Amino acid sequence: MATTTAKSTYLKGIVDSSPFILVIIPFASLFGLVATEAGLSVIETLTFSIVVIAGAAQFTALQLMQEQAPTLVVIISSLAVNLRMAMYSAALTPYIGAAPLWQRALAAYLTVDQSYVVSVAEYERRPEMSIPMRMAYFFGVVTPIVPLWYGFTFVGAYLGAWFPDGWALDFAIPITFLAMIAPMFRTLAHVVAALVAVVVSLLAAGIPYSLGLMVAGIVGMMAGAQTELWQERKRGRAE
Amino acid sequence: MIDKTTLWIVIIALGIGSFFLRFVFTGLVGSRAMPDWLLRHLRYTAVAILPALVAPQVIWPQATGGETEPARLAAACVTLLVGLLSKNVIAAILSGAFTLYGLLYLLG
Repeated sequence: MATTTAKSTYLKGIVDSSPFILVIIPFASLFGLVATEAGLSVIETLTFSIVVIAGAAQFTALQLMQEQAPTLVVIISSLAVNLRMAMYSAALTPYIGAAPLWQRALAAYLTVDQSYVVSVAEYERRPEMSIPMRMAYFFGVVTPIVPLWYGFTFVGAYLGAWFPDGWALDFAIPITFLAMIAPMFRTLAHVVAALVAVVVSLLAAGIPYSLGLMVAGIVGMMAGAQTELWQERKRGRAE
Repeated sequence: MIDKTTLWIVIIALGIGSFFLRFVFTGLVGSRAMPDWLLRHLRYTAVAILPALVAPQVIWPQATGGETEPARLAAACVTLLVGLLSKNVIAAILSGAFTLYGLLYLLG
């Protein structure tokens, strides 16, 4: 469409990402609730969500801090969970790498699972999009997502202040993670990576300072990478 | 209880670190190519780290002092199963929560 304007592209971004509103609201509320139950104030919880905007990493940090893991282990483990953001950044680069630096910096801060998935799908569908159009679309996509992430973290934290203790909320984080893991099992390599990581983490549970998690994560990643290579070789031979 | 100094160090470090991870390619690398072996490992970080984090808590929950407990174990299995079948994160969380509270009530 020759008449496509930056404004209509921005609005299309909003429409395309709006189904995620149903996911963001409960997820952000849950973080707010669990964080205040763990002893964080409403302000601390909200700051956490604004500074980091990464649900899985925030839940990881919360869990490990509750276990009194050393600060460095908390940081490294949570960043490891967030390493996929580097993957997203790499995937977005061919499309928006030529945009002005300030726009790329802002887009980087706003790179989350949903903005990556929705934007890259649209960029692939419409290769003729100009760089300003792509940026307008990207900012449209994050418009219904990021403000709700902040807002419902606040709502959850606010409600959490009145929430009674003894509601087995200790298990909210494991359940949330298990629910997030399931859709990640896209290939055999993903399943192998997860299974190996689980076995190693159980065997290494006795290692002090939660370092067993690091070991299990690295061994799991290697298992996933090797499975992928093995499958590629097998396919290569079959052809 | 979470120590306040630790909390703020973690929030600030995660904020800077997460921004760096998001900016590293779009902002710094530009269009240069990444080594294959690195990308191949990065693909499996989340799917390895998250299960490794959860597994010990499912088998030995802190709330019970490390004693394996049927309600939590069942809730974990139901969550994973519903997640695998439906690919719907919220449905999986709700089924897990329902199983947990249902069993805690019945067994309690």
